[in-house]
Amino acid sequence: MKKVNMTIDGIQIYVPENYTILEAAKEVGIKIPTLCFLKDINEVGCCRMCIVEVKGAKALQAACVYPVSEGMEVFTHTPKVMEARKVNLELILSNHNARCQTCNRSMADCELQALANKLKVEDVRFEGESEKLPLDVGPSIVRDPNKCILCRRCVSACKNIQTVAVIDLVNRGFNTQVASPFGQPLSETPCVNCGQCINYCPVGALKEKSDVDKVWEAIYDPDKYVIAQTAPAVRVALGEDFNMPIGTPVTGKMVTALKMIGFDKVFDTDTAADLTIMEEGNELIDRIRGGGKLPLITSCSPGWIKFCEHNYPDFLDNLSTCKSPHQMFGSILKSYYAEKNGIDPSKIYVVSVMPCTAKKFEAGRPEMNVDGLADVDCVITTRELGEMIYDIGMDFPELGDSEFDNPFGEGTGAGHIFGATGGVMEAALRTVADILNGNSADNFSYEEVRGLEGIKVATVEIADLKLRAAVAHGLGNARKLMDMVKSGEEEFHFIEIMACPGGCVNGGGQPLQLSEVRSWIDIRAERAKGLYKEDNKSFIRKSHNNPAIKKLYKEYLGMAGGSRSHKLLHTHYTARQNYGK
Amino acid sequence: MCDNCTNIIGTQEQFDALNAVIAKHKGTRGALIPVLHEAQEVYGYLPMEVQREIAEQLEIPLAEVYGVVSFYAQFSINPKGKYRVNVCMGTACYVKGSNDILDEFKQALGIDVGDCTEDGLFSLDACRCIGACGLAPVVTVNDEVFGKLEAEDVEGIVEKFKALEAEA
Repeated sequence: MKKVNMTIDGIQIYVPENYTILEAAKEVGIKIPTLCFLKDINEVGCCRMCIVEVKGAKALQAACVYPVSEGMEVFTHTPKVMEARKVNLELILSNHNARCQTCNRSMADCELQALANKLKVEDVRFEGESEKLPLDVGPSIVRDPNKCILCRRCVSACKNIQTVAVIDLVNRGFNTQVASPFGQPLSETPCVNCGQCINYCPVGALKEKSDVDKVWEAIYDPDKYVIAQTAPAVRVALGEDFNMPIGTPVTGKMVTALKMIGFDKVFDTDTAADLTIMEEGNELIDRIRGGGKLPLITSCSPGWIKFCEHNYPDFLDNLSTCKSPHQMFGSILKSYYAEKNGIDPSKIYVVSVMPCTAKKFEAGRPEMNVDGLADVDCVITTRELGEMIYDIGMDFPELGDSEFDNPFGEGTGAGHIFGATGGVMEAALRTVADILNGNSADNFSYEEVRGLEGIKVATVEIADLKLRAAVAHGLGNARKLMDMVKSGEEEFHFIEIMACPGGCVNGGGQPLQLSEVRSWIDIRAERAKGLYKEDNKSFIRKSHNNPAIKKLYKEYLGMAGGSRSHKLLHTHYTARQNYGK
Repeated sequence: MCDNCTNIIGTQEQFDALNAVIAKHKGTRGALIPVLHEAQEVYGYLPMEVQREIAEQLEIPLAEVYGVVSFYAQFSINPKGKYRVNVCMGTACYVKGSNDILDEFKQALGIDVGDCTEDGLFSLDACRCIGACGLAPVVTVNDEVFGKLEAEDVEGIVEKFKALEAEA
C-alpha cells in the first residue's frame, strides 16, 4: 500500500493512502469523537460529530469518511471545530427524547449521553417543535422513534449485513424517521427479530422487549417451579455487563447469581445442545443413507428460520426438523423431568437465558408446545439477566462459583461451542464421524469450519463418505450461500447457518459494546475464544458421550429420531408472506 | 382465481403497463426514480402493491423504495382526484396570500391538504415553488395554470371543472 505524509495537529505522520482522517488521527493517539460511525458498517458521515479543519478545504470535513492525501494538514480541536461539534450535538439533542432517568441505555451504554458530557453541552439552546410518536412493540424488539437520532447504524446492520432490509429512512427534513415501509410495525414485515439493530443503536431507540417482570412474577409465585437454562454464548459475555474483559467465561458466577435470584433449578442449555446433536446427527445420517432431502440445514437459529420462511420457502424441507436446543430442553423438562421428579408439568415455568432476541419470538410460535404446554415460558436475553443482577445490587465479579444442577448440568465441549459460528457443524461432525466409523476418533477438531470467514466450506472424509459441509453466519452470507445452493453452483450434504455475524456470541441479546470498541476490536472473536477455551477444558467433548443424554435416551426417549423424540423434539415450518404477498 | 390473478394491481391494462415500465428501465443504474415516476402516471399514485411489485422486480428492498417515495413530494401514496389541485406555497406565492387560497380550496372542496374528495373528482395539495413567481399566487389543476388569484376566484375554478364533468 502506498503511503502519504500528512500532519495532524502539527504532528507529522506517514500513513497508508487508503486511510481516512479518523484512522490517521487514531495512529497519533487522537480519538476524534464519532456517533454515526461504525467501521466497515456505517461510514456515512451524517452526524457531523467528527468534523475537523482541513487546510485548504472550504468547509469543515467529516473525518470518518474524508480520505487522507499527500501533504494534507488537519486540525482536530480548533475553536471553530469545537463550537461546530457542540452546535451539531445540541441540534441532535433538541429532537431527542432525553428522559435519561427512565432510559435503559443511561449510565454506561448511551453514546449520545457520553458525547454530551465530553463536549460539555450544558444546555440545549434550541427548543423546536417535537412530535410524540408511538412505540413499536413487537414480540422481540421495541422501537422508540422519539429517541432515534437518525444515525442509520440500524439501517446499515439490517440492510447491508443482514440483507433483511425492513427499515430505512423515510420522509424528509424534520419529519425524517427510521421506519418500516408504510409505517407498519416490525412484526408485520419480514423482520427476523435478530436484534442486530439493537446492538448497533447508540441510544435507547432500539431494545429487546423486556420480560424481566414476568420472571420475577414467576419466581415469587409459590405455585411455580421455576427453572432457568442458559445458552452457551451467555457465559462468555455476561461479565461484560460488569466491566469484565470481553469473552471472560463467568459460568460459575452466572449460576450463583441465578440461584440467588431464586430459580428452583439452574440447568445448562449446553446439555440440550448435545441432545440436538443426537437428533440432528441422526437426521443427517438418515437423509444421506435413505436418500432424503439434502442439504440438511441446521435449525438452531430462529432468526435464520424466519429468514428462510420469508425468502427461501422452497427450502423448508431442507431445514432440520429439530427444535432448537432450548425448546427441546423445555419439552424434556415438562415431560421426562417432571415425570421423574413427580412435578405437575403445568406448574413448571421454564426461563431461557439466551444471547438472542429471536428466541423470544421462537418461544411464542404456536408449534413450540407439546399437548398444549409451551416448551418455554419466557425468554430473557443476556442483557436482561445482567439487568436483573444489577438491579438487585449483586456484586457480580465478586460472586463465588456454583455448579449447574443435576441431571442437566453438564454439557460437553461440543455443546459449549454451539455459541460460535461453525460450532454446531463441528459438534455434529464429531458425533456423526464416531457413529459412521463405528469407533471413537481421537482427532475431533474441525478447524476448517471455525473462524470468521463469512462462508466456510469443507470436505470431511468420514468412513466411505466425502461429506461436503458449508457454514454461513450473518444473513447476508446466508443469502449468498443459499443462492449458490439454489442455482446448483454448489452442492452440500450439510449446512450450518446462524443469523448473527459470528454466531450466537454476537447475538442481538448480548451485552452492548460501544462503537469505539466495536469498530476496532472483533468482539465475535474474543467471545468465541472463551467458548473454545471451555471446550478444550471439557473432559467430555462429544455430545453422544454425555452421560445425561445417554441416560435420557435409555430411560425415556429410546432412540434418536424415535417416536417420542418426534413428539417432543421436532417441529415444522411455514412459508411466510412478504408484505402481504 | 389463479395465483397470478390475485397479484394483479388495478386493471390488467395498468398492470401490463407497470410491467412494461419496469422492463424498460430494469438493469440501468438509477432505475428506481424513473420507474416510480412512470408508474405513478399509470396508476395516479403509488400504493403499497405497486411499490412492492417495483421493489421485487428491481431487486431493491421495499423499505428503500418507500424511503424514496416518501422523500419526494411528487410521489403520492394516496389516490389523487381526476382533477389534481396544486396550490403553490413557494415564497412569492406565499407572501401574495397563497395560504388564503389554500384555505378557500379546503372550504370549497370540503377536504384537507393531501386528501381526495369522496367522488374521486378533486384532490388538493400544497406544493413547492413551481417557478411561475410572476403569476403569484399560482394554482395548477392538472396541467392548467391559474395565476394572480384572489380567494374569490377559487369557487369559479372549482365550478369550471364540475361543469366540465357534468358535460362529459
